[in-house]
Amino acid sequence: MSNRRSSRQSSSTAPRISDDQMIDLVTKLRQILPEIGQRRRSDKVSASKVLQETCNYIRNLNREVDNLSERLSQLLESVDEDSPEAAVIRSLFM
Amino acid sequence: MASLISDTEPPTTSTTTDLVRRKKKRSSVSSAASSRTSAASVSCESHTRWRSEKQQRIYSAKLIQALQQVRLNNSSAEATSSPTAQKRGRAVREAADRALAVSARGRTLWSRAILANRIKLKFRKQKRPRATTAIPVTTTVVSSSNRSRKRRVSVLRLNKKSIPSVNRKVRVLGRLVPGCGKQSVPVILEEATDYIQALEMQVRAMNSLAQLLSSYGSAPPPI
Repeated sequence: MSNRRSSRQSSSTAPRISDDQMIDLVTKLRQILPEIGQRRRSDKVSASKVLQETCNYIRNLNREVDNLSERLSQLLESVDEDSPEAAVIRSLFM
Repeated sequence: MASLISDTEPPTTSTTTDLVRRKKKRSSVSSAASSRTSAASVSCESHTRWRSEKQQRIYSAKLIQALQQVRLNNSSAEATSSPTAQKRGRAVREAADRALAVSARGRTLWSRAILANRIKLKFRKQKRPRATTAIPVTTTVVSSSNRSRKRRVSVLRLNKKSIPSVNRKVRVLGRLVPGCGKQSVPVILEEATDYIQALEMQVRAMNSLAQLLSSYGSAPPPI
């Protein structure tokens, strides 16, 4: 089984990533995730699990932003009717 | 302002992040090390950047401007078409994402991809079928046991990185982060860390804005 490094199936043409670099990045990622895994001993959590949690977390955040934007759009619609309230809000923000 | 994280060399009185970056670059020796420290410095910087009050205020101001523009567009377009609630929510989401990408000041891939998306929608849709056909093939090889393995392994083991599950998950992650579908592994991980923090800040800002608006909707404003 030959490792043909010159072939580019997926277009990642960057140089091979070192293990240390990978561990470093995954550690940083794990620090961001809001999980119980942060409190455990840092050696025991595998990179695969970290990546899985990252994907789930990003999907959750996206969903939350979508819900919030729907709610905001509804609120913006309702605020339009009362002009003194809209003026107050605008003055507060600016 | 927010203090820098202590895993950088402790700067004494520096308040800007440029000093930290310069110190890190001076200590690096080889080119690989320099790329690593520059990546590390960007991610260290991002830890503080998206969590600072100042950044949140900047983003909130931009968000409000963007939302007012959305509202103007909606009010002008309502006579002609009837925008559904979903379309309005989608417009708000896009405006919020654009404001977020602008706050990133163009230093990250995902922010540039979001801003470029408005212009290049057609190109992106053409490229997508190519990306999605590659991925199911790898997963079927890994999951299937007998039949097609002999034929397909010889084709797919060309790139050593396509087999391990970690790299597969990195690819999935790359598709979630805008603009990182075809990047290398370290780039995807780095972009993901920044993107997650930016999204968290976006959630916080939109949450407080929604609370503010809903409280004004229910009760008369205090003078």
